[in-house]
Amino acid sequence: MSRLSPGAVVRVREDYPPGHIRTPIYLRGKQGVVERHFGAFGNPETLAYNLPGPKKDLYKVRFRAADLWPDYQGSPKDTVEADLYDHWLEASA
Amino acid sequence: MSDHHHHDHDHDHGHHHAPPQPDDKVHSYHQILSIALKELLIEKGVVTAAEVRHFIEKRDSITPANGAKVVARAWVDSAFRERLLADGNAAAAELGFPITGTKLVAVENTQDTHNVVVCTLCSCYPRDLLGLPPAWYKSRAYRARVVREPRAVLREFGTELPGDVAVRVHDSTADIRFLVVPQRPQGTQNLDEDALAALVTRDSMIGVARLEEGAH
Repeated sequence: MSRLSPGAVVRVREDYPPGHIRTPIYLRGKQGVVERHFGAFGNPETLAYNLPGPKKDLYKVRFRAADLWPDYQGSPKDTVEADLYDHWLEASA
Repeated sequence: MSDHHHHDHDHDHGHHHAPPQPDDKVHSYHQILSIALKELLIEKGVVTAAEVRHFIEKRDSITPANGAKVVARAWVDSAFRERLLADGNAAAAELGFPITGTKLVAVENTQDTHNVVVCTLCSCYPRDLLGLPPAWYKSRAYRARVVREPRAVLREFGTELPGDVAVRVHDSTADIRFLVVPQRPQGTQNLDEDALAALVTRDSMIGVARLEEGAH
C-alpha cells in the first residue's frame, strides 16, 4: 500500500543533502500532484554507494510549468512531470 | 582539438597539415577510466573481451525501427495500444523487444497534449527499444532548456505547437523510461503496419517532432 494516491497534492522537500540525489534542484520546494504510483524501486541514494537499504515508493509527480518558472512563456496548461521517491514528497494542502 | 599538437613554428609557411583523424583525439579522464576498468575486468576474468564485444554489438543493433514497430502496432490494434499504455515492457516483449532493468511507460500524444522526453540529470533514454540517444539529447542545452522553455526548443526542431495544445515534459529522473506514441498522421488509413512503421521517426518518439500529414 503506497502512502500517496493519484491526485494527492505534494510538496518536494526543500533540502540539499550531499550524495547521489535524483531529485532535480529545480523541483525542490515546488508543489505538484501525484499522477501515478509506479511501485517500489531501489533507492539510488544508497545503491550508488553499494549500501543496503529498503526500496522506496516511486511516484510520477506533475508540476505546472508556470509554478516552476515565474516568467514561463507558454500555455498555463503546460506541465513538467518527474519521477520522485517517497521520502522526497511531503503531503501538502 | 588536441593539446598535444603544438608546434614551435607558426603555420604560415606553405605546407598544409592533414585533417585530424579520429584516432588523434585525446581521451578524456572518464574514457581512460572506462578503458582501464574494462581491461581490469578482462584481466581478472570477470568478463571476456568477446562478451564485451558481443554486448556492444547487441546494443548497436537496437535502432529506432524497433520503437517504430511498437508505435505502428498501437495505431492499428487498439487492444495492443491499451496493453502498451498499461504495461510498456509486456507490450514491447510481445513484439520481440525485451526491456530489462527499467520500466517502459508509453505516453500518447493527443489533440490536446503533446509529450516530450528528457533526462535533466544525465541521459536516461529507452535504449532497449530505441538504441543509443542522439548527441543533442545528452547536451546540457537540451536538458536544461526543454523543461524551462519547451515550446522554444520544439520550435528549433521545426515543431510549432498550437497554443491550445498542452506540452507535457517528462523528466526521466528514476528507473522509468518513456516512449512517446506520436499521433498517426492524417491520410494514412490505407497504409499497412509496415508502411506505417516506416513513417515513425526517432524524434517523434522522443517528442521533439510530430509526424507530417501523409509524409510517405
